[in-house]
Amino acid sequence: MVLAIGATWDCWQHGTRMSQQRRKSLGHTWYRNELRSRGGAMPVDYIPRIQEKYAQEGYPAYQWVVNPDPPPWQPLRRPLAECRLGLVASGGIYVTGQVAFHYKDDTSFRVIPTDVKTTDLRATHFAYDLTDARQDPNVVFPIDTLRGLVSEGVIGALAAHAYTCMGGIYSARRVREELAPQLTERLLAERVDTVLFVPV
Amino acid sequence: MSSALDITRAVNPPRAAFLDYPLGHTTGKPHEPALQREILWQALEAFTSLTIPGTVKMLPFTWSEDQAWQATAQRGPDDRRPRYDTPQYQTEEDRQRAAAGMPCSA
Repeated sequence: MVLAIGATWDCWQHGTRMSQQRRKSLGHTWYRNELRSRGGAMPVDYIPRIQEKYAQEGYPAYQWVVNPDPPPWQPLRRPLAECRLGLVASGGIYVTGQVAFHYKDDTSFRVIPTDVKTTDLRATHFAYDLTDARQDPNVVFPIDTLRGLVSEGVIGALAAHAYTCMGGIYSARRVREELAPQLTERLLAERVDTVLFVPV
Repeated sequence: MSSALDITRAVNPPRAAFLDYPLGHTTGKPHEPALQREILWQALEAFTSLTIPGTVKMLPFTWSEDQAWQATAQRGPDDRRPRYDTPQYQTEEDRQRAAAGMPCSA
C-alpha cells in the first residue's frame, strides 16, 4: 500500500539530499549487493520495468512514492496472540454479488466479512496473472490462512471485516487523500491492534 | 507483505516482510495451505521481532530452484490488461448478481 508522501524516483535514486547512512538504509542497491554476497537470487527490479511499460504506452513518468524519512513507529501494545488483526489487500478481491473493480484508477474499496465463504471470493486486476488467485484466493488474500492462525492461537482474533481495493492507481495523491483515510477510519472503528497489508 | 522489494523500499513502511514470488502470490502458492501458513507465520513474526523502523524481513522461501520466472518478469512482454473503466467481473454470473443488487459492496 502506498500511504504517504510522494516524490520522484529520480530524486530518491540520486539521493542528493540524503545522507550516506539514509541511502544505505533505504537503498535497493545495498540490498542487491548484500544478496549477491550471500549468493542469493536477485529480486526483480519492478520500478524500472514498470517505467518502461508506461513509457511504451506514452504515459508520463509515474511518480513513485518515496519516503526517505524514517517511518513512524508503534510497537505492538500486546502480544500477537492477544491482538485483533485487520487485513487490507490490493489484489482486486471482491465477493460475488458485489460490484467488481474496474482498471482505471479505481479508488473504491470492498468490505468483506472475515467469515466469508472462500468459494464466494473473486479476483479481478489489470496487472497480474489471475490464474492462481482465482483458483485459491489465499495467494493474495490469506483469509483461510489467517483463520487457521486464529484457531491455533497465534493471532488473537480477526477484525469483523477485511478491506480490499485495486492496485495501480495512477495518482498517489488520490490514494493518500481518498482511499487511505477511509480505510484507516474503518479499521480504527473496528478497534484493530494492527493491520496486515497485502499488496500485489 | 511484499513481493516487490524495490517498491517497498521506496515506500519505506514501518515494517515489512518480503517474499520473492511472482506478482499475484504475495502470500504463497495456490492450494498449499501448509506453505501459506508457514509464510504468513514468519511474516507476522516480524510484528514482534523487528525493532528498527523501515526494516524489511527477507522471508526464506523461493518459488523455484532456477527462479526462471524472474527473467520473464524483468524482460518479458507487457501482459497487463487494458485500463477498462467499467467493472471487470470474474464471471458473467457475478455481473448478474451485482446488477440484481445483491448486497454489500462499499
